Amino acid sequence: MNYLASIGSYFIMIREVFKKPTKWRIMKSLILKEIDELIYGSLGIIIFISFFIGGVVAIQTALNMTNPLIPRNLIGFATRQSVILEFAPTFTSIIMAGKVGSYITSSIGTMRVTEQIDALEVMGVNSLNYLVFPKIIALCLYPFAIAIAMYVGIFGGWIAGVFGGFSTSADFVEGIQLDFIPFHVTYSFIKTIIFAFIIATIPSFHGYYMKGGALEVGKASTTSFVWTSVVIIIVNYVLTQLLLG
Amino acid sequence: MIEVNDIHKSFGESEILKGVTTQFEKGKTNLIIGQSGSGKTVFLKCLLGLFEPEEGSICYDGRTYSSLSGDEKRDLRQEMGMVFQGSALFDSMTVEGNVTFPLEMFTKQSKSEMQDRVNIVLKRVNLIDAHNKYPSEISGGMQKRVAIARAIVMNPKYLFCDEPNSGLDPKTAILIDNLIQEITEEYDITTVINTHDMNSVMEIGQKILFLKNGLKEWEGTNKEIFKTDNAAVTDFVYSSELFKKVRQMYIEERN
Repeated sequence: MNYLASIGSYFIMIREVFKKPTKWRIMKSLILKEIDELIYGSLGIIIFISFFIGGVVAIQTALNMTNPLIPRNLIGFATRQSVILEFAPTFTSIIMAGKVGSYITSSIGTMRVTEQIDALEVMGVNSLNYLVFPKIIALCLYPFAIAIAMYVGIFGGWIAGVFGGFSTSADFVEGIQLDFIPFHVTYSFIKTIIFAFIIATIPSFHGYYMKGGALEVGKASTTSFVWTSVVIIIVNYVLTQLLLG
Repeated sequence: MIEVNDIHKSFGESEILKGVTTQFEKGKTNLIIGQSGSGKTVFLKCLLGLFEPEEGSICYDGRTYSSLSGDEKRDLRQEMGMVFQGSALFDSMTVEGNVTFPLEMFTKQSKSEMQDRVNIVLKRVNLIDAHNKYPSEISGGMQKRVAIARAIVMNPKYLFCDEPNSGLDPKTAILIDNLIQEITEEYDITTVINTHDMNSVMEIGQKILFLKNGLKEWEGTNKEIFKTDNAAVTDFVYSSELFKKVRQMYIEERN
């Protein structure tokens, strides 16, 4: 029953976010601030993770190719498919649920604890629009970050494959180009934009409706990470079935 | 003027407010006192529109809150200023940013007009050199003054303060009390203060509402509170030996 009530509250929150918009002059600066904190501030970790994940995928594929009849360009092919279809959009989103999600929950939760949200409401500000809407808009740029993750992941695979002695550069590049289906990138971006919405809203929900003090802010951050990850994984399954099944 | 008519508010099974009726007059400092758990904070949040009572009504100069539309409620809230117990200043903004915030949100004033208004209110609360400091860089007393400046920057009709003296030393507490009273009279606003501070009761209680177990137990002025025979009020207000002696002296003087 509690879960149903929470799901209901979440959708009511989403409706409130788009009501009574804040002045554009103020909203513009809030959006730019959120882009800086949520997207630009996450690029470092996204690039770092993608590079090494791409490298590991290439090495794992190479080490499992024991049959000499399998062409070496499979390393590039497997790296591309894994990175574009799953690692860049889904794995990175789980990491972002931890990094960005806990930041969102704790910052909004702290505002709740210190009565800053009450202060906004008393002034007549739609606090949900003021706090959550800029995050949703900022995370619309998330697919750009994932595009970077795709490039860097494949580059990491190329470095690991070529310099690790598992593949030649020509074989790897041939594998990258082999049977390329452009819709796979579209599918990946569709997933990404939905994950971005989840990353912006579920942590906001946990922060906004939290009760208690500093300890509960920490608990809310953990809970929001768990639920954001669970929802991302379920939505990933459903979208994959719908778009590729 | 704020008129409160028989308001009831419950959370689950427990009824916090059990039918409170009172009036808060314009240009006066109205104090709500009572023990912890008496319903003061819930009552104040009902006045602010953060909680809606299940029964009864609250009228703000003839406008009944429960019968207003969503937009009208937001418009009414723009006529309210609130000083929170912990000041509730926005951490990410400077003192100037905090005070400018309501002007940026709800007016079409130019930058220079806003700057002038902010300078006036910051000067009014005796904060002249703190414009560019962040809330974490100033003292608790200064934070309270910034909160007061933010609350009055839009020329509100109603000012609400939730324990404005909590965590302050006695001297600063008196300064804050006096500032609130001066502003109330100067701006001719209806001020409602939720307090535990008996100095405030004695100094600025032009009207005092005593709540007990969610009901109005007593109301009167700071002069009348010395004379009252209501046991609950005397037990609460004169709980310290000092105040008991002050009351005794007052009664002896009067006789």
